[in-house]
Amino acid sequence: MSGGTQLENANPMVFQRSGDRLLTANDEDEDVHDPIDHREIFDLIRSISDPEHPLSLEELNVVEQVRVKVNDAESMVGIEFTPTIPHCSMATLIGLSIKVKLLRSLPDRFKIDVHITPGTHASEEAVNKQLADKERVAAALENSSLLEVVNQCLTPNRGI
Amino acid sequence: MKEDLALVQTLNAHPDSRCWFVSWSPTGTLLASCGGDKAIRIWGLEGDSWVCKSVLQDGHQRTVRRVAWSPCGNYLASASFDATTCIWKKKNNEFESLTVLEGHENEVKSVAWAPSGNLLATCSRDKSVWVWEVDEEDEYECVTVVNSHTQDVKHIVWHPTQELLASASYDNNVCIYKEEDDDWECRATLQGHTSTVWSLDFDATGQRLASCSDDRTVKIWKESPNESGQGDLSWKCVCTLSGYHGRTVYDVAWCRLTGALATACGDDAVRVFKEDESADPDQPVFSLAAQVTKAHSQDVNCVAWNPKEAGLLASCSDDGEISIWRFKPED
Repeated sequence: MSGGTQLENANPMVFQRSGDRLLTANDEDEDVHDPIDHREIFDLIRSISDPEHPLSLEELNVVEQVRVKVNDAESMVGIEFTPTIPHCSMATLIGLSIKVKLLRSLPDRFKIDVHITPGTHASEEAVNKQLADKERVAAALENSSLLEVVNQCLTPNRGI
Repeated sequence: MKEDLALVQTLNAHPDSRCWFVSWSPTGTLLASCGGDKAIRIWGLEGDSWVCKSVLQDGHQRTVRRVAWSPCGNYLASASFDATTCIWKKKNNEFESLTVLEGHENEVKSVAWAPSGNLLATCSRDKSVWVWEVDEEDEYECVTVVNSHTQDVKHIVWHPTQELLASASYDNNVCIYKEEDDDWECRATLQGHTSTVWSLDFDATGQRLASCSDDRTVKIWKESPNESGQGDLSWKCVCTLSGYHGRTVYDVAWCRLTGALATACGDDAVRVFKEDESADPDQPVFSLAAQVTKAHSQDVNCVAWNPKEAGLLASCSDDGEISIWRFKPED
């Protein structure tokens, strides 16, 4: 996929990870329905690995909690992600990893929209269109080599 | 809305998977479905219930995206993400794989039989539309490859009476093809949708074409009168249905018996529109006659009107289920 040893973004800016979620009494109560909120969604995607660097999407500021939109009542989730550089060729792969992680983790009722943060990528319309096309996504995930790469990005590692 | 769309039955058709498409046989007695589990299922009525009559497995290595019955009802064609199209022949009550059509570079998105039964069209993410000819010995030969789209071709449909083909694409356009000197050519490009066109359907006479899109609208196109025969065809958009669909409209089906228009939407709803009888035929008006907002628990991928029984509608969804509905128009 990426071929040689040249990294596209050899010196990315690294951001600090946010701490663990503080649990409230309601969170612990089994009888209270927990609507899915943006912290929960962020917790699902923050540790996804970048395809090129041994860093998470959170550490690279590719995903931020503030760019997660959730409406549990309407079963909708919207994620904006920011590629580290405007010509990042990994953008589609990163978007796909985020989408797959959420598809696998959230209840089936959810509609999941993953977009590039407006103004941060040269081909954002083309990438957004591919990510929004569920037929293209489904076919891509039947490609075993691509699925392997996505799964690697989704594998928890490095004891985070 | 005084009309009603009543649920007749729900079938757990493709468990743990998604059902992409349903198609009624020409006599309306069988329903074929296909899905992400790589299988095709044939459903028939037993008493008052629809039951699974057979399962066609091992025909494809990947998702089966579309199935199409031949006009005589004896053959079934299936289009798959494995880049092949399989032709099945009906023998007694079972289906046997007759032949596999290869050639597309990647996923085959749709397949359709011409009303004559002698021609078959397929389309693919490789941006092309292929037209195949079938002879009396059940031999298939590709006669044309047309590359009129700049992106993934999602669906193709044949005109109900003429040898005319229409295609819908990720490039936001619809193309209309006619045969000229043994070659199929794109004779009109219908522009207007602002995102991927997912599906198409002609009305009963073939004078109008409905298209649906990721832009959340349905458009009705009509052929403008032109100098007969020669040159390019001219189709204009005469109506746009917007504001009804909350997400991508994946399918549109025009009932050949009643003229009702059904849509399958990513907001989990099935909707039926009816044409206002008193409107100018060149400026048709459609209004929402019935809708089921939670027709399925996930995206609705396909809607299909039964060709013989007016008002009987099938839909299928990402939740793997098929639902059969009865649309009762007001008297």
